[in-house]
Amino acid sequence: MVLQAKDVSFHYKESGPMILDRISFEVQEGERVGLRGKSGIGKTTLCRLMAGYEKPLSGQVLLDGRPVADYRGCCPVQMVWQHPEQAVNPRRRMHTVLDEGDRVSGRIVKELGIEEAWKTRFPAELSGGELQRFCIARALGESTRFLLADEISTMLDLITQSQIWNFLLEEAKRRNLGMVVVSHSDALLEHVCTRIVDI
Amino acid sequence: MTEEKTPVLEIRGLKISFKQYEKGFQQTDLEVIRELDVKVPEGEIVAVVGSSGSGKSLLAHAVLGILPYNASVSGEILYDGEPLTEKRLKKLRGDEIALIPQSTAYLDPLMKTGVQIRKGKNDAASKEKLRRIFREYELKPEVEEQYPFELSGGMTRRIMNATALMGNPRLVIADEPTPGLHISAAKRAMEHFRELADMGAGVLLITHDLELAVETADRIAVFYAGSTIEEAVAGAFRSCETLYHPYSRALWRAMPGNGFVPIPGTQPYAKDMPEGCPFGPRCEKFTEKCRNAVPWKQTKQGRVRCICAEDA
Amino acid sequence: MRTWNRRKTMVFWTVFSLILLIAVAVAGSLCSEAARTTDFSRKNLMPCLQYPFGTDWMGRDMFARTLKGLSLSILIGTLAAVISACIALLLGIGAATLGKRADGLITWIIDLIMGIPHLLLLILICVAAGRGLKGVIIGVAFTHWTSLARLIRAEVLQLKESPYIRIAEKLGKSRWYIAKNHMMPHLVPQFVVGLVLMFPHAILHESSITFLGFGLTSEQPAIGIILAESMQYLVLGKWWLALFPGLALILVVVLFYLLGENLRRLIDPGSAHE
Repeated sequence: MVLQAKDVSFHYKESGPMILDRISFEVQEGERVGLRGKSGIGKTTLCRLMAGYEKPLSGQVLLDGRPVADYRGCCPVQMVWQHPEQAVNPRRRMHTVLDEGDRVSGRIVKELGIEEAWKTRFPAELSGGELQRFCIARALGESTRFLLADEISTMLDLITQSQIWNFLLEEAKRRNLGMVVVSHSDALLEHVCTRIVDI
Repeated sequence: MTEEKTPVLEIRGLKISFKQYEKGFQQTDLEVIRELDVKVPEGEIVAVVGSSGSGKSLLAHAVLGILPYNASVSGEILYDGEPLTEKRLKKLRGDEIALIPQSTAYLDPLMKTGVQIRKGKNDAASKEKLRRIFREYELKPEVEEQYPFELSGGMTRRIMNATALMGNPRLVIADEPTPGLHISAAKRAMEHFRELADMGAGVLLITHDLELAVETADRIAVFYAGSTIEEAVAGAFRSCETLYHPYSRALWRAMPGNGFVPIPGTQPYAKDMPEGCPFGPRCEKFTEKCRNAVPWKQTKQGRVRCICAEDA
Repeated sequence: MRTWNRRKTMVFWTVFSLILLIAVAVAGSLCSEAARTTDFSRKNLMPCLQYPFGTDWMGRDMFARTLKGLSLSILIGTLAAVISACIALLLGIGAATLGKRADGLITWIIDLIMGIPHLLLLILICVAAGRGLKGVIIGVAFTHWTSLARLIRAEVLQLKESPYIRIAEKLGKSRWYIAKNHMMPHLVPQFVVGLVLMFPHAILHESSITFLGFGLTSEQPAIGIILAESMQYLVLGKWWLALFPGLALILVVVLFYLLGENLRRLIDPGSAHE
C-alpha cells in the first residue's frame, strides 16, 4: 500500500494565507518518514489532510489510488494527535477509548503499559502520558496500515517518550506499518525514521 | 558553598491539594504537590523538570496565586526573602513578576495581538520596543494587526513569550514555553531568557524537556510525582555519573541521544501515591526504609532526596 | 471523614424543594372538592386557625383554593416546560446537524420568537390554540424553548468539531453511535438543568395570562384566576385574598429556581467540587 499527497494546497480561511502550497509527498508501507520544518509551515495541516480530516482545496490525497477521505468504515490511515487530553471525551471512561478502536488487540494494550485500573477512570484522572497510550492503542486497530504521529510525545517526559517510541518502532516493524512522524526533535527523528523530509 | 544573596524566589516545602468529591458525598483531599523546594537566585535560570501530571504547572499557578477554587496551599513562597502575600502579589504581578503560560488559549481572542502585547500602551517607545522584540522572534510586522486565531501554534507561542518581555520583569516564570516551536525558535527564546537573567532577573523555567533545560539553565530541579527529588547545577546532567537519584539517571538514559532506553512503569497517580519516596515502586534499590520520609542530602553539585545515594 | 459538606447541604435542599413541590401538587389535586365548596355562612372570614388563608366572598376556603391553584400551576408548568425543552432539544440538535439551510431557518425562527415581546406572543398563541388548559400549555411550550435551543445548538456545534468526535468518525463509527455515546453525556446535564430552570418561567407566565383573562376559565381555581378575582375585593380591605395566594406562588417559583440552580452547580465542573 502507498499513501500519497499529490500537489495538495490548503488554507483554512478564504482570505487567509495558503498554508500548504502544492505539496507532494509519499509514504510506502513499512516506511517511517520524518517531517521536519519550522513552526507554522503546515506540518499538522498536512497530517490532517493525509488522515482525511480535511479535504485539500486542490490536489489529492490518495491511498492506493483512492481518495483517503472516501474510505468508509474504519480508515486504514489513523492519526495520533499532539494533545491527548483533547482527543478523548472527558465524560467517558477510558475503556471506551479502547473499545472504539478497530479490534485493538490485548497485546498492544499490554505492551503500551496500560494498567487495568486506568480503564475505569475518567480522562481527568490520568496524566497526559497515560492518555496518549490509550490514544495510540485506539489508533492501532486491526485495519490500520498507516499511522501519522503529530508531535505525539512533545508534552511527555523523556521516559514516557522513549517507552512509547520503542513500542511504536517494534509495532511498525512487526506489522509493516507506514508512518509519518512530526517532531521538533532531530535526535528523535533520526532514531525513529527511515527517511526525513524537510518541508 | 559560600553564603548566597537572597534569592528572588524561594519555595520551601510547598504542598498543594485539591478538595474533590468522589462518587456521591465523599470529599477527599487530593495531594498533587507534596514536597516542592526550589530556589531562583538573581541572574540565574532555574529549570524545574518533570513529566506531565507531576504538578509542575501548578507551581507557577501557586506563585501567581491563580490556582482554582478548590485548591489549598501550604508551605512557604518567599519573594525577595519575604512571604509573597496576596497584597504584594497584586502589585507585582504583570510588572515585576511575569508569567508565560503553557496553554496557547491564554491570549484574548478578541484583541489584535499587537495591542495585547503592549498591554494597551500606545506610546512610541512601547511600539518601538514591540517591533524590536518581533524582529528578534522573527515575527512579521503584519502579525501585530492579526487576531490570535489567525496564528499557528508556534507563532502564538512566540507571541506569548514576547508578551512577558514587554515589561521589565525581575522574575519570569515560563511554563512550557517551547512546545510547538522549531528548534531554532526555541533556542532564540532561551537566549532571550538568558539576556533577561543577565540583566538581573531570575527565571523559573518549567519544562518537561530535560535536553532544553541542560542547554539553557544554570540549575535544574527534577520533579517527580509531586516532590523535588534532585537539584543540581545543569552541568551535572550531562553525564549519568554526576547524577544521584535513580529517576534522574533513568531520565538521562531515556534521551534519544543517550540510548533511548526506557524504564518500565509510570508515575503514580496522586490518589495511589506511595508513602515516602515517590519513586519507590519503580526503583531497583527499593528497601523498606524508602517508605519513610526522605531528607535532603548534599551532593557535590547539588542535593538529592534518596537514601541510597551514599555513594555520592 | 466530614459528615456535612457543601455537596450534602446542596443535595439536601434539592431534595427538600422537590418533596415540597410534589407535596403541594398532590395535596392540591386531593382538595379539588374543598376548593369549590361554597358556604355563605362563613364568607369573608379573616385568616384564623380553622381557615389559615381566610375565606372569600362566597365562603370558599382560600387555603384549599391556593393549594389547588398551585398544583394546577405546577402541573401546567411541568407539562409546558417538558414539551418546551423537548422542542429545544430537537431543534437545537437539528440546527447543528441538518446542514446550513436548516440551521439558518431554525436560528431565524429563534431570533424571531425572541424578538417578539414574550407575553404578547404567549397571548396570541394561547388564544389561537383555543384558550383553556390546552391553550395555556401550547402557548407556554411554544414560547419558552428558544434560549435552551440556542444553548444546545452551540454545544452540538462545538462537540461536532471536537477532536474525539472527529477521531470516532475516522474509526468508522456511525452518526447514531456518536450522538448516543459522545454527545449525550454532554447534552443530558444541559437539558435537565435547562428544563428545571424553565419551570418557574412557565408557572409565572401561566399565571400572568390567566390573570389577564386569556388562559384558564374561571371554574378552574388557578392562581391567576384567584388573583384576578381578588382584585375587586382588595379595595374593600380583603387583603388576605391576594396576599397568601401571591406569596405561595412566589414561594413555588423560588423553590423551582433553587432546584435548578443547585442542579446546575452540582453538574457544572466549574463549581462541582466546592
